[in-house]
Amino acid sequence: MVLALSALLCGTLFGLGLYVSQMINPGKVLGFLDVAGQWDPSLLLVMASALAALMPLQWFILKRSRPVCTDSFQAPATNSIDSRLLAGAALFGIGWGLSGFCPGPAFSGLIYGLQGNIVFVGAMLFGMWLFHILHRPKR
Amino acid sequence: MENFTPFSALAGGLLIGLSSALFLLLNGRRAGISGIAGDLFSFRCVNPGWRLCFLAGLVLGPLLIGKTGWLPVDVQVNDSLPLMAAAGLLVGYGTSLGSGCTSGHGICGLARLSKRSLAATLTFMLSAGITVYIARHLLGAGS
Repeated sequence: MVLALSALLCGTLFGLGLYVSQMINPGKVLGFLDVAGQWDPSLLLVMASALAALMPLQWFILKRSRPVCTDSFQAPATNSIDSRLLAGAALFGIGWGLSGFCPGPAFSGLIYGLQGNIVFVGAMLFGMWLFHILHRPKR
Repeated sequence: MENFTPFSALAGGLLIGLSSALFLLLNGRRAGISGIAGDLFSFRCVNPGWRLCFLAGLVLGPLLIGKTGWLPVDVQVNDSLPLMAAAGLLVGYGTSLGSGCTSGHGICGLARLSKRSLAATLTFMLSAGITVYIARHLLGAGS
């Protein structure tokens, strides 16, 4: 219950950030990706200021023995650069470039109720489901 | 660079960074959106509740500020539904295979100086840039 409430709070704050930065607008994101056109570097500043806030804060946070609402910090599973990572990132990039949507803004953009956005989110969730079906751990 | 919006970009990025830090502090996790959504479909997912709450928050945040009418955002979404379906499929499958998206690798991963996330971020930035170049400048789609 506490985990759910804090997740709701953090998600809301994250969504606010996506809105304020205008990353909720795929046209804006495509303007960043279109280096050969009228390039819009805004996304670069979004990432830079997010990193500038997160990096020093996480340094203090990770000095704690445990998070506030649960027992331990979740560490990323692996650090290796493998073909799966690169192939997945490349496929993601193609979809991102075609639509201007990455997962966060795609969810946040649902407030506008636009057909293209809804179809995108449906297909994205289907793609995630498909991955887990195809890569189901063998026992 | 006539579309450049430095102040909203810096302010929004700050909120995203603070949200990611708060999530780490409270729940002990990195705020990677594709991971949070994708793990709902994992056979090992034991706790869908907070994941759904985070995703609900992603919608609630913009809804709250959008309702005020302050700072309206003009949104342009591609109308071609087959194209959006294909793009969604690639993003969903690709982020699952590559274990992260713009938030997980691009923000949380880079913040902890992960080489793996740097490699992923450079890869998806490059493939997205090439895709946009081909679509707009070679095929003449969009504006």
